Amino acid sequence: MILALHDFWSAKGCLILQPYDMRMGAGTFHPATTLRALGPEPWNAAFVQPCRRPTDGRYGENPNRLQHYYQYQVILKPSPPQIQEWYLDSLRTIGIDPLKHDIRFVEDDWESPTLGAWGLGWEVWCDGMEVTQFTYFQQMGGFDCKPVAGELTYGLERLAMYIQGVDNVYDLAFNTQGVSYGDVFLENERQMSTWNFEVADTDALFDLFRKASAECKLCLEKGLPIPAYEQAIEASHIFNLLQARGVISVQERASYMAQVRDLARGSCEAYMAKYSDQWAAAYPEWAA
Amino acid sequence: MTDFLLELRSEEIPARMQAGARADLERLFREQMKAAGVEHGAITVWSTPRRLALIAKAMPQQTEAVSEEAKGPPEGAPDQAVEGFCKKNGVTRDQLEVREVKGRATYFAVKNIPGREVKDVLAEAIPAIVRAFPWPKSMRWGEPSISSESLRWVRPLSGIVAILGEDLVECEVGGVASGYATLGHRFHHSGEITIGGADDYIEKLRACHVIVDHEERQDMVRAQAQAAASAAGLKLVADEGLVIENAGLTEWPVPLLGRFDESYLDVPPEVIQLTARTNQKYFVCNDANGALANAFVCTANIAADDPAVIVDGNRKVLAARLSDARFFWEVDQKTTLREHNRKLDRITFHEKLGTVAEKVQRVAKLADWLVFDAKAPNGDHKLARQAAELCKADLVTEMVGEFPELQGLMGGYYARAEGLPDDVANAIRDHYKPAGQNDEVPTAPTTVAIALADRLDNLLSFFKIGILPTGSKDPFALRRAALGYLRLVQENDLELSLDTVVHAWEGRPNASLAEKVSEFLLDRLAVQLKDQGVRHDYIGASREWKGRTDFRVDRVEARARSLAEFLTGEDGANLLAGYKRAANILKKEGYEGTDRIARTGEEDPLSLVDDPDVGSIVAERGKSASYDREPAEQALVEALAKAEPAANAAIAGEDFGAAMAALATLRAPIDDFFDDVTVNDPDPAKRSARLALLANFVAAVHKVADFSRIEG
Repeated sequence: MILALHDFWSAKGCLILQPYDMRMGAGTFHPATTLRALGPEPWNAAFVQPCRRPTDGRYGENPNRLQHYYQYQVILKPSPPQIQEWYLDSLRTIGIDPLKHDIRFVEDDWESPTLGAWGLGWEVWCDGMEVTQFTYFQQMGGFDCKPVAGELTYGLERLAMYIQGVDNVYDLAFNTQGVSYGDVFLENERQMSTWNFEVADTDALFDLFRKASAECKLCLEKGLPIPAYEQAIEASHIFNLLQARGVISVQERASYMAQVRDLARGSCEAYMAKYSDQWAAAYPEWAA
Repeated sequence: MTDFLLELRSEEIPARMQAGARADLERLFREQMKAAGVEHGAITVWSTPRRLALIAKAMPQQTEAVSEEAKGPPEGAPDQAVEGFCKKNGVTRDQLEVREVKGRATYFAVKNIPGREVKDVLAEAIPAIVRAFPWPKSMRWGEPSISSESLRWVRPLSGIVAILGEDLVECEVGGVASGYATLGHRFHHSGEITIGGADDYIEKLRACHVIVDHEERQDMVRAQAQAAASAAGLKLVADEGLVIENAGLTEWPVPLLGRFDESYLDVPPEVIQLTARTNQKYFVCNDANGALANAFVCTANIAADDPAVIVDGNRKVLAARLSDARFFWEVDQKTTLREHNRKLDRITFHEKLGTVAEKVQRVAKLADWLVFDAKAPNGDHKLARQAAELCKADLVTEMVGEFPELQGLMGGYYARAEGLPDDVANAIRDHYKPAGQNDEVPTAPTTVAIALADRLDNLLSFFKIGILPTGSKDPFALRRAALGYLRLVQENDLELSLDTVVHAWEGRPNASLAEKVSEFLLDRLAVQLKDQGVRHDYIGASREWKGRTDFRVDRVEARARSLAEFLTGEDGANLLAGYKRAANILKKEGYEGTDRIARTGEEDPLSLVDDPDVGSIVAERGKSASYDREPAEQALVEALAKAEPAANAAIAGEDFGAAMAALATLRAPIDDFFDDVTVNDPDPAKRSARLALLANFVAAVHKVADFSRIEG
């Protein structure tokens, strides 16, 4: 399925990238999305990104909710006029026929307070299941997206469940020799859920959060937006772990989110600052 | 005369925005046509997820030619003035006409504005409508979005069809040009459809699996969902919001019934319904006994060869959602409500008012007082305290975190599950009631105490720190809290006096806080009763008790209702007229009472009549006179002597009906008095005595209600 999507989007002019080697909550955090959504230069890329959402862990008990799963991410900047048609073609490519399955674009505006980003779009439903998040980015890191990028985020496990016709993610066939998704990941989900919710050393996590935050600021001082942004990703994930451990109160929550947002925003600002002269020279209408 | 068709095609428009968009499209179109002077017939607007459409009937081909003329300076005026006039009117000097005006030759500029092609008017109007469209949220897209100035629309605008009669209205906005071509159903029809005009639009699209008329789609969803349920021997739980939403999500709606695993029915039915509704937009069904059945109805947007595939997919999604709900349901029950409660000290109620835990303590204290000490129903002290202490515990449960609208309800379920008394579980469940105007009002004593205490604590807390609703802003829903308080008091016949409530709440008297909150409650009472035909000025006339704001809303209401009944009758209306006449005479004469009666109030010269000493003096004065009274005068004196004590006694006993009846006996005497007796007699003694009599009458009426505040 991943190979089919690679073939499809590669033919549409996308660079095929690899996952980013950090823990993150969504493919949107991948610098190939976040940072590349800034600025006027065209950018078309597709890649798989593993995602970790500690609070979504269900100890392997829920048929389709996981604390670790895979997204297929496509970013197209500027958003092409035929983006919806292309997306539907990509579904056909992986075996979902919209005359057999009920495909719907249901309003779902996207907002990431921790990235200072928002966009309008839909969640795409396949027979009532959200299989893709479809977003036209309007702002990133607090900056207007000029031009707007279209982002497609496919939930790979869910799509696979449809194609294979299974009810439970752990029953997915991982290969043709009888290895299931559960064989590969069930124990991982159980142990990670236990760790996320019950075991993770919160003092150490608070310490890591502070260190990532400090490191990010150091990188920003040195004019290094990319390593700074990596530390923002790190801080964001540590924050999610602290949330799962239930040690962040409602009042503190807002303050932590603001801290992460400032790190991400600062990284985006530094990135913009580094290239804006170059961009303004090449794209006068962008600067106007 | 010919019809005009406009279709604005877009990527999927959110369902919730479509009704507003239809209204906006019609309004903007009307505005544009009016500004251009284009008459038109009926206008119809429709929407689907992918298009907004408008048909305007009976449009002319051309607007009428208009001739406008402007009068200028007289002939021989300075050149500068004449040039200025020409410039202003866009004419040259040699085009000016000269006419006689009152014997003077005067310049006129005559502009003949020729009729315009309506097609041209429309070609300008359409881009203007698109640019002015007030979407609740709009976005930029595509290549043009490299500039901040690019067109904004709810989602990318993808096509425009604009046909007047059979002619294309050529226009372009945001890089989208008009044409004859549109698209049919996203999956059931590929390729473009050429529209001939307004006449064939609906039917051509229908042939391509698009029902343009949203109402028709709504009818389909409603009827077919019901039919699907009936066919399975079930009854659809009607939900008009879902009907509209599903019609807004589909161009070709196909409701389909599916089943979910019966084991999920362990989860409370409200949770199942909410999960199905909010997350999946499914209807649910009841079985023959009215209990929730393990069935749902989803609405597909395609007519599939094998609908079972779609149903099965939807079933899986619902199963996963219900599995999550069951996970919350089970996890929440691993902890008692009292343990959940401990987390409330982490939740801020309001930055100046502390945590929810602190609020709960206040509510518990007040609820305790309400069942025990106040004239609230005889609840059980221990149960009320227990229920109050646990009433907010469910705010920190997983289920309420996922579905905030289930607050209270879940607390009730969890309380029952851990074996707490029914009274406590019901009180926790129902203490947010009444939530809306038509919501039922609790009557169980424990529940009433908690519901009252919760609302009173909100009102008193926010009023104490000076946060009051202003205009349309009421972020802490104090108006709703006040209305809830009123309805609880009304339905349960409570006689709560707010000053004692405040005393119990604060631990000390605080008349100014009690007064502020009472004023607010009485204002809400006036709004509430207005809908029931009790005029606001009747509340105004009843809102004081012994010279200050009445702390008991029940008493104000009873009085205002008696007043309304009295004044709509003949006796009341006439008595009011007599009162007004008497008050006017007193005012005109500058009557300040006699030397023995002090002037005390601005409106009410005899408000001291409450003082028993002065009252007796007044009564005494009424009985004797230094002259022979006329019969009508004597009759009024006697009627007053009877009516006044009767009214006073009735008021003291809060029997307002009887008080009004006592006043009614004055109606004939006051009418006769005005018919037969001259107040302004040349004899100062007579004049003075008669004025005093009228003052006496006015005072008697005032004790029943402040008639001076009654309008009309």
